[in-house]
Amino acid sequence: MPKDHGIGASTKRREDVRFLTGKGVYTDDMRVYGQTYAVFVRSQVAHGRIKSINTGNAAAMPGVLAVFTGEDFKDVGGNPAGWLIKSRNGEAMREPKRPVLAHSKVRHVGDAYAAVIAETYAQAKDAAQQLADDTEIEELPAIVDMAAALGNTSNRVHDEIPDNQCYDWGWIEDNRAAVDAAIKAAPHVTTLELVNNRLVPNAMEPRASIGEYFPGTGDYKLTTTSQNPHLTRLLVAAFVLGIPENKLTVVAPDVGGGFGSKIYHYGEEALVLAAAKKLCRPVRWTAERSESFLSDAHGRDHVTKIELASDLEGNFIAFRTETMANVGAYLSNFATVTPTFLHGTLMAGPYKVPHVYVNVKTVFTNTAPVDAYRGAGRPEATYSLERVVDKMCRELNLDPFEVRRKNFITTDMFPYTTPVALAYDTGNYHATLDKVMEMADVAGFEKRRAESAKRGKLRGMGLSTWIEACGIAPSHLVGILGARVGLYDAATVRVNATGNISVMVGAHSHGQGHETVFPQIVASKLGVPESSVEIVHGDTSKIPFGMGSYGSRSLAVCGVAMDKALDKIVAKGKKIAAHMLEASEDDITFEDGRFSVAGTDKAKTFGEIAFSAYVPHNYPLETLEPGLEETAFYDPANFTYPAGAYICEAEVDAETGKVDILAFYCADDFGNIMNPMIVEGQVHGGVGQGIGQALVENTYYDSNGQLLTGSYMDYAMPRATDVPFYTVDYSCQTPCTHNPLGVKGCGEAGAIGSPPAVVNAVIDALQRGGHTHVTHIDMPVSPSRVWSAING
Amino acid sequence: MHNFDFVKPASVAEAVKALSADGAQALSGGQTLMPTMKQRLAAPTMLVSLTGIAEMKGVKVDGRTLTIGAATTHATVAKEAAAYPALANLAGGIGDPAVRNRGTIGGSLANNDPSACYPSAVLASGATVVTSKREIAADDYFQGMFSTALEEGEFITAVRFPIPDRAAYAKFDQPASRFALAGAFVARFAGGVRVAITGASEGGVFRWAEAEAALSSNYSADAIKGLSLDPSGMIGDLHGTQAYRANLARVMVQRAVAAS
Ligand SMILES: Cc1cc2nc3c(=O)[nH]c(=O)nc-3n(C[C@H](O)[C@H](O)[C@H](O)COP(=O)(O)OP(=O)(O)OC[C@H]3O[C@@H](n4cnc5c(N)ncnc54)[C@H](O)[C@@H]3O)c2cc1C
Repeated sequence: MPKDHGIGASTKRREDVRFLTGKGVYTDDMRVYGQTYAVFVRSQVAHGRIKSINTGNAAAMPGVLAVFTGEDFKDVGGNPAGWLIKSRNGEAMREPKRPVLAHSKVRHVGDAYAAVIAETYAQAKDAAQQLADDTEIEELPAIVDMAAALGNTSNRVHDEIPDNQCYDWGWIEDNRAAVDAAIKAAPHVTTLELVNNRLVPNAMEPRASIGEYFPGTGDYKLTTTSQNPHLTRLLVAAFVLGIPENKLTVVAPDVGGGFGSKIYHYGEEALVLAAAKKLCRPVRWTAERSESFLSDAHGRDHVTKIELASDLEGNFIAFRTETMANVGAYLSNFATVTPTFLHGTLMAGPYKVPHVYVNVKTVFTNTAPVDAYRGAGRPEATYSLERVVDKMCRELNLDPFEVRRKNFITTDMFPYTTPVALAYDTGNYHATLDKVMEMADVAGFEKRRAESAKRGKLRGMGLSTWIEACGIAPSHLVGILGARVGLYDAATVRVNATGNISVMVGAHSHGQGHETVFPQIVASKLGVPESSVEIVHGDTSKIPFGMGSYGSRSLAVCGVAMDKALDKIVAKGKKIAAHMLEASEDDITFEDGRFSVAGTDKAKTFGEIAFSAYVPHNYPLETLEPGLEETAFYDPANFTYPAGAYICEAEVDAETGKVDILAFYCADDFGNIMNPMIVEGQVHGGVGQGIGQALVENTYYDSNGQLLTGSYMDYAMPRATDVPFYTVDYSCQTPCTHNPLGVKGCGEAGAIGSPPAVVNAVIDALQRGGHTHVTHIDMPVSPSRVWSAING
Repeated sequence: MHNFDFVKPASVAEAVKALSADGAQALSGGQTLMPTMKQRLAAPTMLVSLTGIAEMKGVKVDGRTLTIGAATTHATVAKEAAAYPALANLAGGIGDPAVRNRGTIGGSLANNDPSACYPSAVLASGATVVTSKREIAADDYFQGMFSTALEEGEFITAVRFPIPDRAAYAKFDQPASRFALAGAFVARFAGGVRVAITGASEGGVFRWAEAEAALSSNYSADAIKGLSLDPSGMIGDLHGTQAYRANLARVMVQRAVAAS
C-alpha cells in the first residue's frame, strides 16, 4: 500500500496551491513605497569600442532621476569566477574583470553599458533609447566561432588576452601519454565529432531585482530572482560593491524556475543596489523576455571530438576527448568549472574503462556568457560518451545493450575509483539496464518497426546509460580543485513552544518542492504531522548560511543538514524527558513522537517536551539551556552518484525529416526516495528539457554576433505535442553510502540521460531504414537537418 | 510602447474617416501589431479598432460562395466555416487558442506574412478581397513579402471565397513559431486546380503553375511526385535550407491532395 505520510509518501506539493491560484509572490509582484524603475541600455553590436556616451539629453528627460555608465563602477570590484582552473602548463586561467556595466568596450549583443533610473518604466525606457542614440560605439569584427577565436591575436574579446583562451585544461594530464599509447595500440578506434548545442535557459519568470537602501541604519536589501541568496550576498557585497555582508539582506522570494541561470550574480543586481543608495529610493528592474534571451547565462555550447578505443568484441580500452567550450564574453560565476570538473571527471561514465583523458580549451567569444544549465557539464559528458558508444556498436556490428553490459562497473567493484578521479560509492548499472529493457519491451521492437514501416515511417530505438556526480560538493575536495567557496549546507530546526516547527534551510526552492518534501522527513523523524512543519527559505536574514540549490544538492546536502539538526533535537528532547520522567537519559527512547522510559508506560509526547523547553518550570536549567532549536551544517564526504538507463523510441518521416518521439522509458537509481511523485515530476521535467535540446532548441549567433534566435518566433521550446507520455521507474535503489538519508538527487538526471537516447534513436531509425551513410546528426535534430542528412 | 489614442468606430464609414487622420492605423486582433508596438518598432499615434464594426464580422454562405468579414477571428472561422471545411481546418490550425480568439482574417491578409496560412487559401481559392474602396482579385492582391495591393487608408472589409469541389491545406510547422515552414493549399474547381504555397518563398505566397497543370489533368498525389520547385527562390534560414523548403512545399502539396 502506498504510504500516505512522511518519507516515501507521494504527498501533494503544498506550494502548488499558491502557484496555481496566482497567489505566489515573485519579485516583480512586490510594490515598494517610493519605487523607481531601472532600464538598461544594451549593446546592439557584438563587439565594439565605446567612443563616447553623452548622458546629458537622457538625464534631462521627464522623470529621469539618474543615469549610470560603466564609468561609475570603474573603481568597484568585479564579479568573480567561482573556480580557479589551471591550464595543463600550470598557468592560472585568464580571468578578465567583469564589471557591473561595460566600460570602454562592449563584448556581446545585450551587454549593458548604461542604465537609466526614472519615476516610471515608460520614462526610463524613453531615456534609455535617447542614451543609446547619444552613444558612439565603434564596431569591431565579432569573434563568434571558437576555432577561429583561438589563437586569433589580432582580434581579442579582452584586449589583455591575446589568444581568446581562458585555459587549456587536461584531465588527468599525467595519464595523457598512456591514453595516447592505448589508443594507438587498440584494435579499433571510433571517432566522433559533435556539437553540444547552446541553450537559453528560458525560466518562466525572467530575472528581476529590487534594490533598497535604508539611510537610517545604512542597511541594504536586495530582493532578487536567485537560487542561492547567501552566495549572491557574498558576491554582491564582498566582491562587487564592498558592502559589509551584515549590512545587506538578500531575499529570493518565490522564484519561477532557474535551471542554473539564477545561480549567478549579475550586474543588474549590483546596479539596483548602488542606485538605491544614491537616490535613497527603491530601484526595481524586471527583464523583458528579449533581455533574458540576450543576457541570461546560456548553457552547454561545446564542440567536441571524442575517440573510443576498443577491442573487436567491444571491450572499452580508452576514451579521449578534445573539447572547445564557449564561455562567451565574460566569466559567469561557475563558467570555468562546468566544462572541466563537472564534465571531464564524468568521462568514464558507468564503465570500467582503464584509460580516459580529457582536454578542454575554454574560449572567449562575443556572445552572452555561458554557465551551468540543468546538468551542467554532465549532459555534455554523457552525450559524447553515449553517442560514441552507439557509433562503435554500429561500426563493429555489436548489440548496444550487450556492449554496455560487458563494460559496466559491476556491483562487487564498489567503491570504484575511475581513471578521471571520481570515487563511485555504490550503484547497480546492470539492474537499471535490465529494468529499462523490460519496460520498453525491447524484444517486441521489430514488430513495432514493421508496423511503422507499413505507415511509411522509419522507427528506431535509442539507448543511453548515464551517471552523474551530484550532491555538490565535498568542500575539501573542491577546494583542492580550485573552488573559491565551500559547498556545505545548513539548516536550523526551531521547535516552537506550541510544538509546531519552523525549519530554516539554506537550500532554495524555485519549483522543486522543498516546502513539501522537507516536512515529510521531519514528520517521519519526529512523529509529527507534516502539516505542523513550515519551511523557511530564501532570506538571508532568516536562514543559516547555506549555499542554495543547484547540482541536485538540496536533499543530498541541505536535507542531510536538516536530518542532523533533527538528531540534535531528539537528543536534547531525551535530556528534557529524562528530567521530567525522572529517569536516566540512557533509558529514554523516542518513537512515533513519544519519549518513553524503556520497559515502562511512562512517556511524554513531543509536544509536552517542546512546551517544557519554552516554559521551563520543571526543567534541568542547571545543566540544560531552555529552548528547542538546533542548527547543523553538513559538508558531504563525497559526491552522490545517481545513474540510470533510458530508452527512446522514435519515428522519422523521411519525406519531411520530422522526428516523433513515441515512447520514453527511464529506469533510474536515485537511492532512497522521499516523495515518489516529486521524483517523477523531476524526471519528466528533465527529460522534457533533454528532448528540447535534442529536437528543437538552439541558440544561433550569426557571424556578426547577432542572436538570430532572440525570441520564441525562432527559439523553439519543447511543447506538449513534442513529448510522449513518459514511463518512469526508480525501483532499482542502491542508497548512497555516505549520507544518512541514503539519497542521491534526481533534479538533473532527465536532462543528462535523455539527449543521447533521442539522437541514438533517430540514427537507429535512419540506419534501419537504409540510410546507412548517416552516422551522426548534430542537435537539434530538426526536420531540415534530418532531411538534409538523408539526402546529403 | 509609446502612448497612442484609441477609437472604436461602429461602421465602415466612420472607420474610413478615422483612418484618414495622420498617424492613424487600423487595429484588428492586435496579434501582430501589438507586439510590434511593444518592441517600439511601430508607433502609431492613433489606433482605429475594426472589431466593433458589425458589418465586418461573421461568416455567411450564399450558394457556392463563402464570405467572411475581415474582423472575424480565426476561432470563429474554424467554428462557422463548415461549408468550406479546408478553410475551417486552416483557421483552426493557426497559432494557439489565444491567437485564434483574437487574430482575424483581415489582419492576417493585410500583414501578408510570408509564412502566414490564410494567404494560401485566398490565392488557391481565387477569392476576392473586398476593401473599403474596391474589390481586388486574389491574383492581384499579394505583392510579395509583407506587401499587398492595399493603399494608404484602405482597409479590408471582407473576403469572398468561391467554394471548391475539393480542397485541403497541409501545413508543416516551423518548430519555434508554428507558422508555416511550408504550407500548401490545393483547391479543385470544375475549371481546374489551383495550388498556392506559403512559408517557402522569398516572394511570399505564390501559385505553383506546374503543379496546377499536373493536378488538373490527374488529381492525385502521384501526379506531382516528379515535379520540383527551384530552390533558388526559396527562403533559406536556420529552420530550413532552400532545398529543404522546396522539397517540403512539394510534399505538402502531395499531402493536401491526399487529404482533400
Ligand atoms: C504566437 C502567434 C502564433 C501565430 N501563428 C500563426 C500561424 O500559425 N499562421 C498564421 O497564419 N498566422 C499566425 N499568427 C499571426 C496571426 O494570425 C495574426 O492574428 C495575424 O497575423 C494578424 O491578425 P490580427 O487581426 O491580429 O491583426 P493586427 O495585429 O491587429 O494587425 C496587423 C496589421 O494589419 C493591419 N490591419 C488589421 N486589420 C486590417 C484590415 N481589416 N485591413 C487593413 N489592414 C488591417 C494593421 O494595421 C496591422 O498593420 C500567429 C501570431 C502569434 C502571435
